[in-house]
Amino acid sequence: MDLKEKLVSSFLAFENTIDVDHPVHDIRSEAIKTFENKGFPGRKEEAWKYTSLKQLQKTNFSIFPKEADALEYKDVKKYFLHEVDTYKIVFIDGIYSSYLSETTHDGVDICLLSAALTKPMYKPVVDVYFNTVAAKDDSLTSLNTAFSKEGAYIYIPKHKAPMKPVEILHFATGNEAALMLQPRNLIIVEENAELQVLERHQSLTANEVLTNSVTEIFAGKNANVDYYKVQNDMQGASLIDNTYIDQKGKSHVSVHTFAFGGKLTRNNLNFYQDGEYVDSTLKGVTILDEKQHVDHHTLVHHRQPNSESHQDYKGIFNDRATGVFNGKIIVDEIAQKTNAFQQNNNVLISDRATVNSKPQLEIFADDVKCSHGCTIGQLDREALFYLQTRGIPEKEAAALLMYAFANNVLESVRIPELKKRINKLIASKLEVKLGFDL
Amino acid sequence: MLKIKDLHAGVEGNEILNGINLEVNPGEVHAIMGPNGSGKSTLASVIAGKEEFEVTQGIVLLNGEDLEDVSPEERAHKGVFMSFQYPVEIPGVTVTNFMKTAINESRKARGEKEMPANVMLKRIRQKSELLDIDRKFLSRSLNEGFSGGEKKRNEIFQMAMLEPKLAILDETDSGLDIDALRIVANGVNKLRGKDNAIIIITHYQRLLEYIVPDFVHVLNEGKIVKSGDKDLALQLDEKGYDWLKNEPVA
Repeated sequence: MDLKEKLVSSFLAFENTIDVDHPVHDIRSEAIKTFENKGFPGRKEEAWKYTSLKQLQKTNFSIFPKEADALEYKDVKKYFLHEVDTYKIVFIDGIYSSYLSETTHDGVDICLLSAALTKPMYKPVVDVYFNTVAAKDDSLTSLNTAFSKEGAYIYIPKHKAPMKPVEILHFATGNEAALMLQPRNLIIVEENAELQVLERHQSLTANEVLTNSVTEIFAGKNANVDYYKVQNDMQGASLIDNTYIDQKGKSHVSVHTFAFGGKLTRNNLNFYQDGEYVDSTLKGVTILDEKQHVDHHTLVHHRQPNSESHQDYKGIFNDRATGVFNGKIIVDEIAQKTNAFQQNNNVLISDRATVNSKPQLEIFADDVKCSHGCTIGQLDREALFYLQTRGIPEKEAAALLMYAFANNVLESVRIPELKKRINKLIASKLEVKLGFDL
Repeated sequence: MLKIKDLHAGVEGNEILNGINLEVNPGEVHAIMGPNGSGKSTLASVIAGKEEFEVTQGIVLLNGEDLEDVSPEERAHKGVFMSFQYPVEIPGVTVTNFMKTAINESRKARGEKEMPANVMLKRIRQKSELLDIDRKFLSRSLNEGFSGGEKKRNEIFQMAMLEPKLAILDETDSGLDIDALRIVANGVNKLRGKDNAIIIITHYQRLLEYIVPDFVHVLNEGKIVKSGDKDLALQLDEKGYDWLKNEPVA
């Protein structure tokens, strides 16, 4: 039985575990039909030309994990941003770990989607937002919607800001030989509210894990949201991340994606601007080696005038790693005075590494500023020579230059401890041995 | 210290240096002047070891050692330093951390221990004061967003930190206003000593008013067409380069 059949036939069993009379279940039932019709996307589809899910579909993934062993905090501490106090929503093999988590209802809700989808007090919010920005015609998003049950639920009411950043962590213990996870996050940040989120999927063994995640983020007027995705997973871990963001007027949302490894990673990042003077920031650092694969598919849809978007993705590829960047910008006819910038720069260190970079601009307004640029190249010889003349050996000089190249993207990271952490991750990925205190 | 004999070098078959002879001894300051395209910067790059330039004939000796197969970093470890006309920007690496890395790499190559942190800090303080460099400047990313003058001052700061035996200053005066020029020249003069030598590459005589050279050489079409003392630079400033171009090699 291939993965699609297995998933579709598992839906009945899934229904036994949830309240089928809740209105959300009508949404799930619709979604499983969509997935059944469409199936997994294939490479004949333009959007999946360079990323194949074929191998994953042949794997016999467990869809309903058994209750996992508890993890000791000391064993997984390094995956937390432990240098700073945070709220934590932690899942072990898809199941909430209250032991490792720190949630709150103090003026804001930082808790679980399973609670939000079942308790009457959350219903008014869920009815308004759940599955409203996520694509209803996308097969993988529909698959996640069909099985949506657990994940993070964050609700920040008007004029509020949580005391500290929120970490969403998913651990895979390797209890199953192959495990499929489908977390679903719903995040609402109302007018003038603020939120910082750090998300990480971490496999703890070499066993296979496939995560098909959907996150919906709603940023109200003047809201400020920073979302950081740290992807530094094991060689058996694959991630399909589908993130949908709806932005009202004058809101600022930034998403930083640090893609440092995993077997296959697909980031579908979609921004919908639904007001004027909106600012959307999409940044990425990708550093891959061995046979790792990362595919960044971004969409920024400018639907109102006077807004901005900034995309800056940098990639470094070694060994037989492969990268994809596909950046789509749509500017509607009404969206005059749009400023849309997109930049994708790549360095190939090995002859066998490949990158496919494709800007896609669909502009229907006439008074806009749009720029895009992509480069794929080697290191600047002159810069290398400069460092060598200072006594730094060629190998170290090359690593230092790549470090500088990737680091440029970090300027907009607003959690200093995270910035430091990413700095160190970049340095260690590139084997930069600098006698410095980052 | 440095001996160049009949040096021919070029890039992709185009010969740029056409038989250079030059001898630089400890304690000396040499100025190399010449019109655009005469090969000045190429000469500097060849001495520093840039691989894009191929030496087709002749020899460059540093303290008697042939530099042909010596990498740029090894030349640096042996005491060669070049100040760049266009220094490279390195975001994410501060001036201080860069200097620490450079100094300790050279020490490592020479089999010495890392410089103790307190000695390093003291040296950084001393040398930054010498060049009138603000402390804040040292924690900025190397060359990133620096003005032309700041970049050049930072080059000389690096030179002061690394204490080279042979320093080559490639067009260090270009892009400097008169105050910055004075600070840079003052810094260079303080680094002059009986054991080290400096080669100043410049288009104009201006810098040489502040750093007075022992010898002046005029380069044209890849050859030294005239050598003299500091007065030669003044003559060039008055007459331009044209009067030399047709003169037979002395």
